[in-house]
Amino acid sequence: MTSLPNKKGRFGPYGGRYVPETLMSALVELEAAYLSSKENPKFKRELANALKNYVGRPTPLYFAKRLTEALRGPKIYLKREDLCHTGAHKINNTMGQVLLTRQMGKKRVIAETGAGQHGVAVATVAAKFNLECKIYMGEVDKTRQKPNVTRMEHLGAEVVGVSEGSKTLKDAINAAMRDWTTNVANTHYILGSVLGPHPYPMMIRDFQSVIGLEAHQQILKAEGRLPDCLIACVGGGSNAIGLFHPFLSNKSIRMIGVEAGGMGIASGKHAARMATGSIGVLHGTMTTLLQDPHGQIQETHSVSAGLDYAAIGPEHSYYRDKKRIEYSHATDEAALRAFRLLARTEGILPALESSHAIAYLMEIASSFDSRQIVILNLSGRGDKDIDQITSEEVLD
Amino acid sequence: MSRIQETFQRSDAKHETVLIAYVMAGDPNLSTTEKIVLEIEKAGADMIELGVPFSDPVADGPTIQKASERALEKGVTLKSVIETVSALRKQTQIPILLMTYLNPIHAMGVELFFKKGRAVGIDGVIIPDMPLEEAEAYLALSRRYRINLIFLIAPTTSPSRMKKIVKAASGFIYYVTLTGTTGAPLQETNSVVEQVSKIKSLTKMPVAVGFGISDYAQARAVAHLTGADGIIVGSALVKTIETASKDAFFLSKLSEQVSEFKEALRWP
Repeated sequence: MTSLPNKKGRFGPYGGRYVPETLMSALVELEAAYLSSKENPKFKRELANALKNYVGRPTPLYFAKRLTEALRGPKIYLKREDLCHTGAHKINNTMGQVLLTRQMGKKRVIAETGAGQHGVAVATVAAKFNLECKIYMGEVDKTRQKPNVTRMEHLGAEVVGVSEGSKTLKDAINAAMRDWTTNVANTHYILGSVLGPHPYPMMIRDFQSVIGLEAHQQILKAEGRLPDCLIACVGGGSNAIGLFHPFLSNKSIRMIGVEAGGMGIASGKHAARMATGSIGVLHGTMTTLLQDPHGQIQETHSVSAGLDYAAIGPEHSYYRDKKRIEYSHATDEAALRAFRLLARTEGILPALESSHAIAYLMEIASSFDSRQIVILNLSGRGDKDIDQITSEEVLD
Repeated sequence: MSRIQETFQRSDAKHETVLIAYVMAGDPNLSTTEKIVLEIEKAGADMIELGVPFSDPVADGPTIQKASERALEKGVTLKSVIETVSALRKQTQIPILLMTYLNPIHAMGVELFFKKGRAVGIDGVIIPDMPLEEAEAYLALSRRYRINLIFLIAPTTSPSRMKKIVKAASGFIYYVTLTGTTGAPLQETNSVVEQVSKIKSLTKMPVAVGFGISDYAQARAVAHLTGADGIIVGSALVKTIETASKDAFFLSKLSEQVSEFKEALRWP
C-alpha cells in the first residue's frame, strides 16, 4: 500500500500526468531531482535542519483537556501544525520544494493559493532563498483572506488576482499553469497540495509525512500506544495524507478526512467531492471531481478558501475505494461553531479549514469511549479568518 | 487515403501550404459555427479545427478562454459539437478536427466518443492535456475507429520523446511554436526552424505549425522558413468572431481574413 504511486504516478486508476506537452520535460526534470535528492544524505540533512531551526519542528502533540471534557468522547490530541512558522503545515512542503528549485538552478517560483497559507509559505521560502516569486490568487479569496495577501506582499511576492471563472483556487491553478507553460525554462511551480501531475502528489505527500512521523513517536511517548482514530480536513488533502500516511499500515487505526459541506450537500453549494463527485481529469491528475454530466468542472462553495476546490488528491480517491480512509463533511455553520468551541475551551484560534475537522469530531465524539484516543490535525491557525468570521452571523 | 492525407497531398501538388483554421464551436452559437465553417472553407481554409469549450482550458490564452466561456454560456457540450459536425457533413467534406480537453471525452466515455466521432465524420482529434504517456487506450481506439490522434510537440520536447511521439501519432504532427498558451506573440523563429527540421528528419508525416501566428506576413514567413506542411491559425480568427454580437459584417471580415491567410500560403 505504501509503495504507491507506481512509476507512472498512478494510485490504482487515479493520478497520472495529464498536462500539455510543453510541461512534460519540466515534470520529468522535477521527478528526477526529487528522486535523487530524497535519498541524498546532504539534502536530507539540509531539509531536516531547516524544518527544525526555521520552521520550528517538531510541532507539539497537545492533549486538549478542556475540549475533551466538553465533547465527552475520546481523549483528543491536537497536532499543532498551526505553530509552524507562517502558521500552517504548508511550509513543510514549500521548504522541500524550494531546495529542489535551487538544485534545478531555477531562479523564479510561482504558486497558486486559496486561503493564502500556501502563498505565504512560498513567499517566505522565496525570500529566504532570494528567488523571484509570483502568487496567483482568486479575487474572491483575495478579499476573504486579505491578511494573507498583505503578508505575501511584505515578503516581497507579487500577488496576482485571478478574475476568471469562480475567482477561487481552481482559477488560480489555471493561471499558475499558464504562467508555468510560458516561463518553464527558468521557473519552478511550487504546487501546494497533493494534486496535479506526477510527481507532485507523491512528493508533497512525502514532504508532509513529517506530520504523521512525529505524531507517531509523540503519541507513543504520551500514551504508550497508538491512537484509535486520526481526523483531518481535506481540500487537496496534503495535511490529511501527511498525518495519515505513516499510520496506513496499521489497519486498526481509523482515519477520517473531512471535506467542506458548505451550505449542505442538498444545496449543491459545497466542496464535498467524495459525497457527490465522479472520476475525471483536472489540473493534470485523474481523481474524484465535482463535474456536470458533460465533463465541465463545477463551481464549489465553502466558507473556507482552502477547501473550496473541485478535486481531491488522487491518493485520497484510491484509499476511499480501498475503504482504508473514510470521508465525511462539515458545513460552513458547523465549522464556525467548531472555531468558537476551540477558541473558548483551549485558547486556540483554528483556521477555518481545520475547523471542519473539529466540527466533524464534535458530531461523532459520542460514538467513542473515554479510553479511546483521537489525533486531530490542527493544520493551521485562524488569524487570517478573523475578519471573515466576524462578518458571518451564525455565531450564537 | 484519409481526408487529412488527401488534403496535404493536394496542397503539396498545388505548391500551397495547408491552412488549418481554428474556431471555437458554439461561439457565438452552434448554428453560426456551421455558417462560419462553410464560409471559411469557401475563403480558402483547407481544414477546420473545432474547439470544444471547457471550463478550465489551461493550454489556452485569454482570447480562446473567453470564446470558451461564451460557448459554455450557450450550453454547448461535446455532444452538441458532435451533432454540429454531423449537420456540417451533409454540406461539406472538408477535414474536421476536434480540439478538446480530456475531461469532456472522459465524461462521455472514451469509446463512445470515438464511435460517435467516426459515425459523423470527424477526421482527427487533438487533446492538449493528454501527453503520449497517458494515451494508450486512445491510440487503440483511434486505430479502430480510424480517427487520427494528433499529438503536439513543443520547443521543450526532448529528442527521445520526439521519436516516440512521431511513432505513435497519426494524421500530422502539431508543432507548438512557443512555450506558452495559444495566442501568445511568436517572437523568434530560429528555434521553430530547427525543431521542425528535426521532426521532419524523423518522419514523413506532415508537420503543421501553430500557436502565436497572428498575421499573414508571419504565416508566410514561418511557412517559408520551416517548410512546414501546414499553418494553424486560431486566436487571430477567434478575435474576429468575438465581434459577432456587435458587427453584422463579421462573417465577411472573417472570410476576407481567411482568404488573405490562404493567399500568403501559396507559392510560385
